[in-house]
Amino acid sequence: MTGLTLGHFLSLGAILFALSVIGIFLNRRNLIVMLMAIELMLLAVNINFIAFAYFLGDMAGQVFVFFILTVAAAEAAIGLAILVVLFRNRASIAVDDIDTLKG
Amino acid sequence: MDTTTALFYLFSAALLFAAFRVITARSTVHAALYLVLAFFSAACIWMLLGAEFLALTLILVYVGAVMVLFLFVVMMLDVHTDKVGEGFWRLFPLAGLVGAVIALQMALVLMTGFDLPEAPPPDARALELGNTKLLGIEIYTEYLYPLQLAAALLLLAMFAAVALTLRRRKDSRALDPATQMKARKADRLRVVKMPPVVDAPAAGASGAAAADGEQR
Amino acid sequence: MTAELDPNTLLAIVLAPLAGAIVAGLFGRQIGPRGAHGVTILGVAVSCVLSALVLWDVALHGARFDGTVYQWMVIGGLTMEVGFLVDGLSAMMMVVVTFVSLMVHIYTIGYMAGDPGYQRFFSYISLFTFSMLMLVMSNNFLQLFFAWEAVGLVSYLLIGFWYKRPTAVHANMKAFVVNRVGDFGFILGIGLLAAYAGTLHYGETFAKAGELAQMTLPGTDWSLLTVACICLFVGAMGKSAQVPLHVWLPDSMEGPTPISALIHAATMVTAGIYMVARMSPLFELSAVALNLILIIGAVTALFMGLLGIVQNDIKRVVAYSTLSQLGYMTVALGASAYSVAVFHLMTHAFFKALLFLAAGSVIMGMQHDQDIRNMGGLRRYMPITWITALLGSLALIGTPLFAGYYSKESILIAVAASPLPAAGLASLALVAGVFITAFYSFRMYFLVFHGEERFRHKPHPGADDHDHGHDAHHDATPHESPWVVTAPLVLLAVPSVVIGYLTLEPMLFGPFLRDAIHVDAAAHPAMTVLDQKVEGPLAFAVYGLTTLPFWLAVAGVALAYLFYVRAPQIPAAIARALRPLVVVLENKYYMDWFNEHVLAAGARAVGTGLWRGGDQALIDGVMIDGSARTIGRMAGVARLLQSGRLYWYALVMMLGIVVLMTWMLWPHVALLLGH
Repeated sequence: MTGLTLGHFLSLGAILFALSVIGIFLNRRNLIVMLMAIELMLLAVNINFIAFAYFLGDMAGQVFVFFILTVAAAEAAIGLAILVVLFRNRASIAVDDIDTLKG
Repeated sequence: MDTTTALFYLFSAALLFAAFRVITARSTVHAALYLVLAFFSAACIWMLLGAEFLALTLILVYVGAVMVLFLFVVMMLDVHTDKVGEGFWRLFPLAGLVGAVIALQMALVLMTGFDLPEAPPPDARALELGNTKLLGIEIYTEYLYPLQLAAALLLLAMFAAVALTLRRRKDSRALDPATQMKARKADRLRVVKMPPVVDAPAAGASGAAAADGEQR
Repeated sequence: MTAELDPNTLLAIVLAPLAGAIVAGLFGRQIGPRGAHGVTILGVAVSCVLSALVLWDVALHGARFDGTVYQWMVIGGLTMEVGFLVDGLSAMMMVVVTFVSLMVHIYTIGYMAGDPGYQRFFSYISLFTFSMLMLVMSNNFLQLFFAWEAVGLVSYLLIGFWYKRPTAVHANMKAFVVNRVGDFGFILGIGLLAAYAGTLHYGETFAKAGELAQMTLPGTDWSLLTVACICLFVGAMGKSAQVPLHVWLPDSMEGPTPISALIHAATMVTAGIYMVARMSPLFELSAVALNLILIIGAVTALFMGLLGIVQNDIKRVVAYSTLSQLGYMTVALGASAYSVAVFHLMTHAFFKALLFLAAGSVIMGMQHDQDIRNMGGLRRYMPITWITALLGSLALIGTPLFAGYYSKESILIAVAASPLPAAGLASLALVAGVFITAFYSFRMYFLVFHGEERFRHKPHPGADDHDHGHDAHHDATPHESPWVVTAPLVLLAVPSVVIGYLTLEPMLFGPFLRDAIHVDAAAHPAMTVLDQKVEGPLAFAVYGLTTLPFWLAVAGVALAYLFYVRAPQIPAAIARALRPLVVVLENKYYMDWFNEHVLAAGARAVGTGLWRGGDQALIDGVMIDGSARTIGRMAGVARLLQSGRLYWYALVMMLGIVVLMTWMLWPHVALLLGH
């Protein structure tokens, strides 16, 4: 590959991460979209790991991505289960409505 | 420009566009679908980086399972997302600023730390075995224990998801044996001593009753 | 030869009245009135006899005692102990105190008969006797102060004996508070001496008097000894009722007459005089203090005498007389004639106690009407009271050969001979006072015992609501009091007449008081001049007939006779003509008004101001509530961070990370930019 440096991939990961951070606190209406933004964050991190694995020639990066995928899947499942129970109790998934911890 | 580079830029653009649309889509279903697109694009980029197994795993696991799950939940919940974009664009400048700063900082850290313009040439063993086998060797030798832990974690996640959302049937008559064993007579029965209530017999009524009884 | 006195005797003298007081106080109900007066009189009688024996030893055999009976504790070099100092001065005081106390105890059997607080009264007067003995027998400042406070306390208890009367309660509070002002100065004085002499013992402090006289108070250039002496004298002012701390004494007449005789004539009020005499080694070294003493004594002697002229309550007349005589004693102290002051203290104790008890007898006869305008002609009905009162009055005005003459005339001579700047004015005041004393004493005498029997005009005497069981018949004619009342009168009349004649030379010029009292003969030659003038009691008496004070006294008696026996309309006319002056006198120079409306009200206003401004507004409002409110406001701002919403928390987390990263990356940014 010519012309592509590690920097390209890292920038991509950074921008993706920034986008998902924006997404987390910009949406007030939908908890599901927040969970999706979290998935995007994980994706950004994964891209970084793969890039490093390639440029450093070390398989450890890919192994790590493997585990991240596992954990992310588990976390998505449980997160959605919580969401479902929350919706049963509150009939709403708007983040603005979940403010019982308000000081 | 090189083909690889062009492909990289293409896939990156798709990825970033999809990510942007995830967070700004009006309908949740649209957002989920855009997320699927994002994952596809990312998988392609991973292919470019020689991580074939993981790219496919991404599609199989993430898109195939996790995103489907997302869509399940979205459709099951029947959420009315009418109040959309309330104050959304108002906060965008601040959020944009924060995001930009984060991106810059991450880039700064990583790039100043790792100045690697050229990828090392792939070594012979890697070429011979292929990415999947190489990954497998790593996982099953070096990282066996974390693998087992990850498996246990998945099992646990499954239990947790079930336990969280389990609802009992309201018309079930099944009894819990433990509750049955704990029942005691003293909780259920109480003997109360009461004096007997004796009726004083009315003169006419008893006479009439006796006469009736005799005549029969 | 200086024989040593037995400390056990001294302890017995002090503890016998205390034992009597405790028994009568705690077991009063069980032993009954007779038991109470029996046990207390026994205690005081034992004390009196033993004191007489001690005086015998001290006067004739030169015995002395200065030792510690019990060491209480030692703190940082200061030893706190119970000890006795018995020399001529204290032996004389002991006899006076116990004798007058014994007379008052016996008198009380008659006066307080039937009173529900009978046992309590006996307990209190015995307790007083104990306290006063501790005061005069003390050999260190701490014990002196303890006894000082104790007599003040018992005085408070006794003035307010009939505690259900609002006037009595007001009076006892006044006495205690005014005494406290004096005690404040007293403790300052004691503190100064203890700090700079390093000891509380009299003898050790006196030994350092010379050094102390050279020192000045740190931060000023006032002589230390002067300041200490003035502070001590402030204490004496409070206890001995000198102007302006005299205001409590007339009001103390709210208490029963026996205590007026015991405490406010003979003993407690003389504690201040005794204390200054005892501290003569210190006072002699401070001319400023002596001048102050002269001025205050003279003011008291003259102005309090003037007030005696307008009083209509028989006890008040005697009270103002006491104040005036205390002024005389104080002036004598200021003129460095300490032994003369103490001599007058002794003679005054006898005839003033006599006058009070006689007044009490008259009050009993008048069924508790104390207004002399309602009396008159009582000499026919109460002969013993009449004669003893006459003897007491003659002694008071300074009739030659009577006890009061010797002491008063000695004071007048001593003051005239004093070289201090204030002595001239003092002398004038005292001589004027002789006329005034004679006038008011005999005004009272004539109004009570001579003239028209005004009590016949009253429908029913008895303005007091204090019921006495022995006055069963409400006959308007007074009769003589029982023997328990008149016997003490007679027993007190005897020394009022003879004691001056007998003890003039030994007390003033003999060795009796010489080791107790120190006089700087060169600087303050009063005693030397007196020594030259007095050639024996009889010659002195004859000499008196030729002096101005004698003729002033005669003039006073004559004027009183004229005004109150012959032509009663004259005083009424004079009172109308000099109305403004009479008003000032009747309002006691507005000093009570000043104390109540300026000092007391001012103190209350300060207190209220501090409460509202300092306590409520500042401490509660600003500091306590204010800090709570501030924290509340801060918390109110802080709670905005807890919106309860997930995205907000995530944003804050992100911001935190951004800040952290910026902080850590800053050097790299700089590097990069320069790159």
